[in-house]
Amino acid sequence: MSDATETHCPYCALQCGMGLRPADGPVPVTVVERPAFPVNQGALCGKGASAAAVLAPGARLTSPLVRVDGELRPASWPQALDRIAAGLAGTAERYGRDAVGVFGGGGLTNEKAYALGKFARVVLGTSAIDYNGRFCMSSAAAGGIRAFGVDRGLPFPVADIPRAGCVILVGGNPAETMPPFVRYLRELKENGGRLIVVDPRRTRTAELADLHLAPRPGTDLALALGMLHLVVADGRTDEEFIAQRTTGWPETRDAAMAHWPEHVEAVTGVPLPQLREAVRLFCGAPTGMVLTARGPEQQAKGTDTVSAWINLCLATGNAGRPYAGYGCLTGQGNGQGGREHGQKADQLPGYRKLDDPAARAHVAAVWGVDPDSLPGPGRSAYELLESLGGEVRALLLMGSNPVVSAPSSTRIAERLGSLDFLAVSDVVLSETAELADVVLPVTQWAEETGTMTNLEGRVVLRRKAVDPPEGVRSDLEVLRALAERLGRPEGFPTEPEEVFEELRRASAGGAADYAGISYPRIAAEDGVFWPCPEPDHPGTPRLFLDRFATPDGRARFTAVQHRPAAEEPDTDYPLRLTTGRVLAQYQSGAQTRRVEALNQAAPGAFVELHPVLAERLGVREGDRVAVVSRRGRTVTPARLTAAIRPDTVFMPFHWPGEANANRHTNPALDPVSRMPEFKACAVRVEAAD
Amino acid sequence: MLGGMTATETRVVVVGGGMAGHRVAQQAAGRGREVLLLGEEEHRPYNRVLLAEVLAGRFPAEVAALAALPDRVERRTARVVRIDRAERRVLCDDGSAVGYGDLVLATGSNPVLPALRGLFDDRLTGRERHRLPDGVFAFRTMADCADVDAYLPEVRQAVVVGGGLLGVSAARALAARGVSVVLAHQGEHLMERHLDEEAARLLAGHLAELGVEVHTECRVRSVLTDGGRRVTGVELADGFRLEAQLLVVAVGVRPRTNLAEAAGLTVRRGVVVDDRLTTDDPHIHAVGDCAEHRGVLYGLAGPALAQADVLARVLGGEDAAYPGSRLLTRLTLNGGSPLDLAAFGVTAPAGPADRVVRLADASRGTYRKVIVRRDEQGGDRLVGGVLLGDLDTVGTIAGTWEGDEALSAHPLHLLTTQSSTTGGPSR
Repeated sequence: MSDATETHCPYCALQCGMGLRPADGPVPVTVVERPAFPVNQGALCGKGASAAAVLAPGARLTSPLVRVDGELRPASWPQALDRIAAGLAGTAERYGRDAVGVFGGGGLTNEKAYALGKFARVVLGTSAIDYNGRFCMSSAAAGGIRAFGVDRGLPFPVADIPRAGCVILVGGNPAETMPPFVRYLRELKENGGRLIVVDPRRTRTAELADLHLAPRPGTDLALALGMLHLVVADGRTDEEFIAQRTTGWPETRDAAMAHWPEHVEAVTGVPLPQLREAVRLFCGAPTGMVLTARGPEQQAKGTDTVSAWINLCLATGNAGRPYAGYGCLTGQGNGQGGREHGQKADQLPGYRKLDDPAARAHVAAVWGVDPDSLPGPGRSAYELLESLGGEVRALLLMGSNPVVSAPSSTRIAERLGSLDFLAVSDVVLSETAELADVVLPVTQWAEETGTMTNLEGRVVLRRKAVDPPEGVRSDLEVLRALAERLGRPEGFPTEPEEVFEELRRASAGGAADYAGISYPRIAAEDGVFWPCPEPDHPGTPRLFLDRFATPDGRARFTAVQHRPAAEEPDTDYPLRLTTGRVLAQYQSGAQTRRVEALNQAAPGAFVELHPVLAERLGVREGDRVAVVSRRGRTVTPARLTAAIRPDTVFMPFHWPGEANANRHTNPALDPVSRMPEFKACAVRVEAAD
Repeated sequence: MLGGMTATETRVVVVGGGMAGHRVAQQAAGRGREVLLLGEEEHRPYNRVLLAEVLAGRFPAEVAALAALPDRVERRTARVVRIDRAERRVLCDDGSAVGYGDLVLATGSNPVLPALRGLFDDRLTGRERHRLPDGVFAFRTMADCADVDAYLPEVRQAVVVGGGLLGVSAARALAARGVSVVLAHQGEHLMERHLDEEAARLLAGHLAELGVEVHTECRVRSVLTDGGRRVTGVELADGFRLEAQLLVVAVGVRPRTNLAEAAGLTVRRGVVVDDRLTTDDPHIHAVGDCAEHRGVLYGLAGPALAQADVLARVLGGEDAAYPGSRLLTRLTLNGGSPLDLAAFGVTAPAGPADRVVRLADASRGTYRKVIVRRDEQGGDRLVGGVLLGDLDTVGTIAGTWEGDEALSAHPLHLLTTQSSTTGGPSR
């Protein structure tokens, strides 16, 4: 271990610790265990174990590409940067500053996300910035803020989970998406705790559960309300907790009582006896946790759905005390930190609000600019992408692949294609980069240093282990070079630690306060949990033990009621489609589809059908079938499994082209979080030919 | 505009503060309409589905209240006595007149009172004649519930007349309060509209465990009262007398359609509405128990809410249509070990084209049955069934019944989750 660089996995929000040991051969490092890091204690999944393969020379870009005569051709860095500066400045001059957009990603380090937000506000002066985390974490974030006054994925360390009495996991499949996390679920059961999994599919995670509830996609909100109804009817509320630590209960109770159990059964398809059993397990345990993931969140009512599950926790006294509470399983590697430091349309560093004068003044002072020069809040991710070619005519995109990952992806590819100018900074030539006018090859993971904030709110350090290949620069260098060309060179250091020092000051006093965190502390303490306002502050592994982060210190109930999906099945599109992930691939697949071992394990997309449905449609295992929605058509092989509801089909979304599940995704947006409805739309399935 | 009338009136006036009216008001207001809700009951609107739970003492009445309406909704306590379609207004019993842009009738239904000797006081006339003896109640409103509750301390024995869904629920609720209950049902078995004989027998057995004695083919002939017109018992058709200090009458309901009838709207059993929940007057709509849609009177809360939601969208200017509801009838008898029951469609095969698949487990007290019918194309369609005591497949059944599609696999998959792993017939 001594010769290995201690760092973290390049993929999901668990940010497993790993070591990178120098190796001879085309792949410059070998992944080794890092047992001392507490979150994963050395364990890695197949993606993490094979992560070094993305460093192989063939897998990635090593030269900038510039479009000449319709073709992307290798170019020098100065040529490429000049072209981008000219493209962005020309558009701003012609159409105004807000015509230049910036699109970021939840995989970027805190330093990059911070610098990108600053670049947009200070150099470009545009309000048009958002990021792909909008498609990921925004509903959980909005629901968390609404109830607790702050958004941190988990208000407790993952190690607390096995010490809960009962855990309800809603719409998450960590056995495939976050395998090292599953040890905590197994430990929970070994400790005598109960696990309830809510998922329309009997996933590998659901197989672990004491009770699996399989609601129709898009009805998790009703399910939570039905459980709360039974909690009230059976007198299982924690009246003392409600009285002392919450506000808004009467309205929430009224709303829950309007969702009587038999009605909830009709809406969700979950038998009432199972709902009753879920309440018995949850309320019968000494403490309870509810963890949500993308299933309930990626809906046009995702925020209300999150609120409904939070309400269940609050009504039963399961918040603000040890081994209890609501949390969300963040997805992207830096999905947490990426949503805290200003690449979000309405946000400034430290989880400050862009429309708050005090926040503007604080951040403007750190940046050395006039607060009035900062633009106001801009459009959310889908609305930003939707405006491409219209109000927004030039785009700088970092660390995202919306051609595969955005809803109604065919339309978004068209919008990207209609831009006057598109610059993409990425490690590989992604499907989105293929559309760009300029592509910049940038450093990744093992080639760079920076901090990530994992799903626990633990700030960890990603360390450089190898030199990047020749021709590759870091995103921070790119931003600095562009800032110089656009006439504002100061304030964009290229050393990550220097950026972090500024981020500390910018976040000081904010909800996500990093002021007391430093690179040496992170290294010494296996990460530091925010908020950490002072260098001698220990950090905050468990939030809310004394008070919630609301003005009066109390958690807020939000009265919500069920409503149907934005698109319900009908005669033409009689089935529900839900989308998700497979074990061996990650997000849009831009990284993992370039790793041979992972491609062998998961070579392509498919559509899952229940045998009863397949029989009715005359479809057999392996048949190529078309899934058709109002927004698009995909063709993939059929996979028959009794693990899915007969009224629902499932597609993983990691692949492009005619296998791209997000062609179907309904861009109906949540009114609060602006989350599109990834998890439920209406489709039909037919023979492909 | 329409000359001389309250032509500028654009608001939605909802008549009836029950669940359907409440929901229309809430949803229409959410879509930007100004709403006036006219209700006869003084207290807050409540969830009628929960009446039996309130009566059983599971939770207090205020817990069953419906959520407060948004500010856009004005609420007034008034009884509407007439609809003036020409002037587009309604007249109330306090003499006031209220103009409407759209009128929604959500007047619900009234309990049917059977012709029992002694139920009405024939010595009196007019309204007084219809005053029920002390201790006799319908079981339809929160007021009924409160009245029964207030009366309970004096009750040792109760008789419930009517073995349908409502009567069974009422009997269970009274038993939960420690009263010994006789359920007198005129039909051959309980809930005969929903259940076959075997399911009904199991239900009766379960009720017996909860303290309800079920008498079927048992017609109550008269209500017995003392000199002060307090109920003392009932006399059955065979002359047998049952002592009771409380009598609950639950033999059915009748839609309240008199306003619509008097206004000349088409009324059959209920106020006839189209798929837009609109009567033959384009400005007048009806939802819930009082509405008849495609010949169906639902009388259930679920369809009433679905209708209210569609109507609110129509009132909001959307192109929405109510396709009808195909819901399961559900009954839950809470107690030590709750009994769940779901039933739908026909209760018995109608002919040789019908096939019955049953799973009965006497030791667990479960009973599951579906009836499928061979259609002209040779496909099987679900036409009825019951699940009692084991509801594992209720979601699949509800989806299949709602979708009304030909079955592709053996109907057994509708009765047990075990068979679903093998799916359809092997090829």
